[in-house]
Amino acid sequence: MQAVTKTTQATPKPAKSDHPSGDRRFKTLDMTMKRHQYKPDALIEVLHKAQESFGFLEEDVLTYIARGLKLPLSKVYGTATFYHLFSLKPNGAHTCVVCLGTACYVKGSNKVSAALEEELGIKLGETTADGKISLMAARCIGACGIAPAVVFDGTVAGKQEPEMALAKVKDWELE
Amino acid sequence: MSVKTLKINGVDIAIEEGATVLQAARQAGVPIPTLCHLDGVHDVGACRLCLVEVSGTRKLLPACVTEVAEGMEVQTNTPKLQEYRRMTVELLFSEGNHVCSVCVANGNCELQDVAIQVGMDHSRFTYRFPDRAVDISHPQFGIDHNRCILCTRCVRVCDEIEGAHVWDVAQRGAACYIVSGLNQPWGEVDACTSCGKCVDACPTGAIFRKGSTTGEKERDRAKLDFLVTAREKHEWTR
Repeated sequence: MQAVTKTTQATPKPAKSDHPSGDRRFKTLDMTMKRHQYKPDALIEVLHKAQESFGFLEEDVLTYIARGLKLPLSKVYGTATFYHLFSLKPNGAHTCVVCLGTACYVKGSNKVSAALEEELGIKLGETTADGKISLMAARCIGACGIAPAVVFDGTVAGKQEPEMALAKVKDWELE
Repeated sequence: MSVKTLKINGVDIAIEEGATVLQAARQAGVPIPTLCHLDGVHDVGACRLCLVEVSGTRKLLPACVTEVAEGMEVQTNTPKLQEYRRMTVELLFSEGNHVCSVCVANGNCELQDVAIQVGMDHSRFTYRFPDRAVDISHPQFGIDHNRCILCTRCVRVCDEIEGAHVWDVAQRGAACYIVSGLNQPWGEVDACTSCGKCVDACPTGAIFRKGSTTGEKERDRAKLDFLVTAREKHEWTR
């Protein structure tokens, strides 16, 4: 793999699929597609990589992937919108994921999510207008022992009361 | 090629290996209602209208994607199947916004035909009244998602016969809809060749020719068959 990467970089003129913007993240995409020999069935792998490096899948990126793997645009769009892991809109600077799995729900995570929705003025799955906070829901994150659980920027916090979650989010809002 | 023998509704049938139960039934003149099946493109078993009972299994099997097997005993019209089919059609009607009286396909609609065939006179389910869009950005055609039953015939016909793959299914579950290109207006999709095969393939009035009004939609379904025969067998039959 290392050797392949090096030859790509050593080539004097850019590879045919290089993105005109010169954004280096497209290079990462090229490498991933090359690793999969530009096979159309690598679509999900490549979308994962794109989601990882861009944070979300904008139209430009989807078109680029479709051209690279020689796939129809509608198929790429259909696949990207089917899976919840892919997001077509940018996420906020902070993310707050409320677990609504059975255990957390029974322990009152619906009250936590309702309080957060009211505080932020958005619904689950949306991002605040200022792009600061994304509020999301998950169906069981495997932390049932500390239900109700909320994930603040990738850190799991257990036994959350609505007030505790609100305090954390208010800190973010003041930043 | 070996031949399989089976019984459909007690009648003996012989058909070549690899054929589907639906093909066997059609050959024997046994009617099975279908919506997503379209001659010339592959089957997906999406509409569940062609479900049949096969002895030896408790599951109902879709005839369009079930291969015939030696000694198979198939029932196509039991009271249970009749009940299920009616329910399926009722669900299709309650899922979208199907208003026959103002539809281009009124009187020439396969959903309507199937509803009559299965004896559905009303839906027992609450109508969802989903908020769906109409796209008339294409110069010749339009797509009204309210009338779409997501049979994916347009997707398959565009992919397999025309080869453009303008259509696909976006989102999931109840939010599913037929998408053109990268969620672009149909008229802006470069890949579209304006061939009109999706209009011919659509069982309802969801994809239509502009300028046609209530009950005026006409389809040339045989054209699709003609094209497939011409391409695959090099036989031009019209």
